[in-house]
Amino acid sequence: MAENKVTVMTCVTCPIGCTITAEQDAEGNVISVKGNTCKRGEAYAKTELTAPMRSLTSTVKVRGGRHPVVPVKSRTPVPKARMFDIMAEIAKVTVDAPVAAGQTVIADVLGTGVDIITEDSM
Amino acid sequence: MIYDAAIIGAGVTGAMTARALSKYDVSVVLIEKENDVAMGATKANSAICHAGFDAATGTLKAKLNVRGCEMMAGVCKELNVPYKNNGSLVLAFTDEEVETLGTLYDRGVANGVKGMRIVERDELLKMEPNLNPEVKAALLAETAGIVCPYELTIAAAECAASNGVEFLRNAEVVSVEYKDGRYFIGTSAGTVEAKLVINAAGVHAAEVARMMGDDSFEIIPRKGEYFVLDRNVGGLVSRVIFQCPTVMGKGILVTPTVDGNLLIGPTSLDVPDCEDVSTTWEGLEDVKRLAAKSVPAASSRDAITSFSGVRAHGSSGDFVIGRSAACPGLINAACIESPGLSAAPAIAEAVEQIFLDACEVRPALKEKYDTGRPAPVRFRHLTDEQREELIARDPAYGRIVCRCETVTEGEIRDAITGPTGARDVDGVKRRTRAGMGRCQGGFCGSKVLEILAQELELPYNAITKFGRDSKIIYERTK
Amino acid sequence: MELRYDLAVIGGGPAGMAAALRARERGVERIIILERAEKLGGILEQCIHTGFGLHYFGEELSGPEYAGRFIKEVEKTDIDVRTDTMVLSIGEDNTVTAVNKKDGVLKIHATAVILAMGCRERPRGALQMAGTRPSGVMTAGTAQKYVNIDGYMPGHKVVILGSGDIGLIMARRMTLEGAEVKMVCEIMPYSGGLTRNIVQCLNDFGIPLHLSTTVVSTHGRDRLEGVTIAKVDERMQPIPGTEEYVECDTLMLSVGLIPENELSVAAGVELDRVTRGAVVTEMRETTKSGVFACGNVLQVHDLVDFVTMEAQTAGEGAAAYIRDRSAFDGAEYIFTKTGPGVRYIVPQKVNIHAPEDVKLFFRVGAIYKNARIVVKADGERISDKKHVRLTPGEMENVTIKRDTLKHLSPDSILSVEVEE
Repeated sequence: MAENKVTVMTCVTCPIGCTITAEQDAEGNVISVKGNTCKRGEAYAKTELTAPMRSLTSTVKVRGGRHPVVPVKSRTPVPKARMFDIMAEIAKVTVDAPVAAGQTVIADVLGTGVDIITEDSM
Repeated sequence: MIYDAAIIGAGVTGAMTARALSKYDVSVVLIEKENDVAMGATKANSAICHAGFDAATGTLKAKLNVRGCEMMAGVCKELNVPYKNNGSLVLAFTDEEVETLGTLYDRGVANGVKGMRIVERDELLKMEPNLNPEVKAALLAETAGIVCPYELTIAAAECAASNGVEFLRNAEVVSVEYKDGRYFIGTSAGTVEAKLVINAAGVHAAEVARMMGDDSFEIIPRKGEYFVLDRNVGGLVSRVIFQCPTVMGKGILVTPTVDGNLLIGPTSLDVPDCEDVSTTWEGLEDVKRLAAKSVPAASSRDAITSFSGVRAHGSSGDFVIGRSAACPGLINAACIESPGLSAAPAIAEAVEQIFLDACEVRPALKEKYDTGRPAPVRFRHLTDEQREELIARDPAYGRIVCRCETVTEGEIRDAITGPTGARDVDGVKRRTRAGMGRCQGGFCGSKVLEILAQELELPYNAITKFGRDSKIIYERTK
Repeated sequence: MELRYDLAVIGGGPAGMAAALRARERGVERIIILERAEKLGGILEQCIHTGFGLHYFGEELSGPEYAGRFIKEVEKTDIDVRTDTMVLSIGEDNTVTAVNKKDGVLKIHATAVILAMGCRERPRGALQMAGTRPSGVMTAGTAQKYVNIDGYMPGHKVVILGSGDIGLIMARRMTLEGAEVKMVCEIMPYSGGLTRNIVQCLNDFGIPLHLSTTVVSTHGRDRLEGVTIAKVDERMQPIPGTEEYVECDTLMLSVGLIPENELSVAAGVELDRVTRGAVVTEMRETTKSGVFACGNVLQVHDLVDFVTMEAQTAGEGAAAYIRDRSAFDGAEYIFTKTGPGVRYIVPQKVNIHAPEDVKLFFRVGAIYKNARIVVKADGERISDKKHVRLTPGEMENVTIKRDTLKHLSPDSILSVEVEE
């Protein structure tokens, strides 16, 4: 019988960076999470072991703005594995000034359910 | 167009010569392989105007150094270039070195140097309290001074250009042919035709001479490495502090610069590659160790940058100045190593005479010429009233771009639009000091790039650090 | 142009804005913020990654979003803002001389001044790095501006020297934009950045972090063509024989931040040798009466949230000073003392009559596991707390109770130390 797997990781949810120890059973189910100092840490450990997610930030071309690009971010974390695909989508977009902060630039990017929104006005 | 004279090399020798010839009713072109003037040994040396006791009596080095040193204050005044006659000291730490001081003194007298005397330890430490207290005596030379070599060169080139000398940059000389009574100078920027060629090509002068059939001298590239220290230690010494000379040169010096920094260096090492201006870990370690011998508090902890320069050491040991025996249309101003900066005004004066003698018909002076250069705006040196007035005239002087050195947008625009103006970020730096301070362009670099792009009407990514392929940024991110 | 204000705030980044806003809340009427950039926000404008605001707002914001919230607050008030304005000097009587295109030379007569100029990056010249001087060697912050603000690639094959947070963030940013980040070298045996940034900026992309390694020389005449890296010994000297050539066109430096205190020094403000920021009281008043300091010009912070909080303290201090400067005359200060393992403490001076509890911020000098932070007053332990992990990269703090301070005398010693 396969043994339980123990993974030690640093939580990236916030700058505190707790060291979390998570235990999975032979089927990959997370059976315990230790070391986290908040609930988000537990959630992080679980998704990290099954489907890791990351915040993504970049810029989008802007016409007629104060600068040639405006910073954007994913409204919520996106699948880590799809970051480069989403970057390619972001590169295709151009917006026209004026741009408001929080404006959606790409809705539901690549079907992830996550919007790409501006961080700043331009 | 057939020029009366083509000057190859826009270092201090070439630019000062261009200025000297620009008084005459002749056509002159100044050919430079880099994107700016002062790109070779001129921008990377000790920035000293030596008194003239080092070179052997009777040599061109000795003669032209003493004469150049006499002329320097006047030339700098005309060109509105900062010059400080702060004097120099050669330190002696052993009895043997004290004897050397005597030799230097005697040689100085023979060379015609005025204002020298031996200073004993107690007086010396009063004059320069931060010297190593183990010092025994020193040779004081009152006529020595400090000058910024690239600023002098930029000013001389601007003066020459204002008088009609043409400046051809990014034009590396690759061939010279003589045909139909004139020289066809093949460069990377096209062919230039001229009746006479003045070879001021620095470390490349022997190559240029060979292209014209003159193989009478060789150049041995000799590298020197330096540290520039922060202004907060610029006052550690007030004079140029030398150690006793060795066969390889005048040794490590510690000196204030006209801009208020402290300069320590150089090492001295013969190198195979005359373009090799890299610094080495060992070289910089030597500079630190040897400078601390003169001034213990001069520490690389205060370094804001380091650099190295390659001097054009000639095979004969002396400057080579004069009409070439092998090629009558060639005037050499070659093998100009130290004291080349100090001698520059005198070298230009000498080459001017040689040029006049070489012309078929002795040229007349122009009806109108100016041997000076208008003073550039230096916001940091102005009073608040002058600043108000200036900003009212042109608001660009109200925007500080370089915070460390207090340089305004107006000054940067002037540097780009002036005669022989800057074409790259380092060119702006040498003309205005933007990026020369303790943050080394970390804050202003991208702003300077933006202003260059605007003034030159180029995209951002076409702007370089110092010409060639020294690009700063590449394509757009998207 | 001559102007009169109660408070002049130098710098309109997170520190300057928070300080001005808090002073306004505390009743200071005439306030001016002087900002050298074209808009408020400071360096946050180019910090487009998220991770800001968790402590202060309880949510994770990007740099522009964090700055945006304060810009909005400033806009709602009658605080005067002069952007594109550079301060040239601070005079004896707290007269601030500044310059801009529109007003020319400004003389601002202020009762109090808050220094909030932030910090700058250490450049190449401050390191002993041999080799050529090509283009392509830049600070990580400069590269960040080129990518995030100007929208240009500063290079394609990148080596990063220094594992502070800016270096780590730029490793990810360049990778996402299509560059190849070859490695991050760190001269210390540990990273100077947050662990979470090592995970999500390096590990996520398989970028190696080489500890106890530095760049000893650069190669290439025009544009950078490569660097030589080497291992270093305990004295941080390169170990001969460990050199390795790495091909790259860009070297990004993230080798330390230096508080930007030229103005402060010229104004006669005394600096702390370690922080390179001003010596301050718990109200963040410097050694020059009526001049306060906060944010990265005072001490380099890891998190902007703490910059904001420190700035609010300075804003309160300035407000109290403007209201009644004589209240400051009755203060009796004790100096905080760094004990074993502690590199510095801010504030350096604490008023024993302080009306509130006082927080001491400090950094340790090395990495500790399961160590205790002990505070002593005249040798007597007044607090003692166990920490699983302490690292120089993360600022720590302890609170000194008002009651404790009350019982101290001006010649008491208040120390913080690490006990292993």
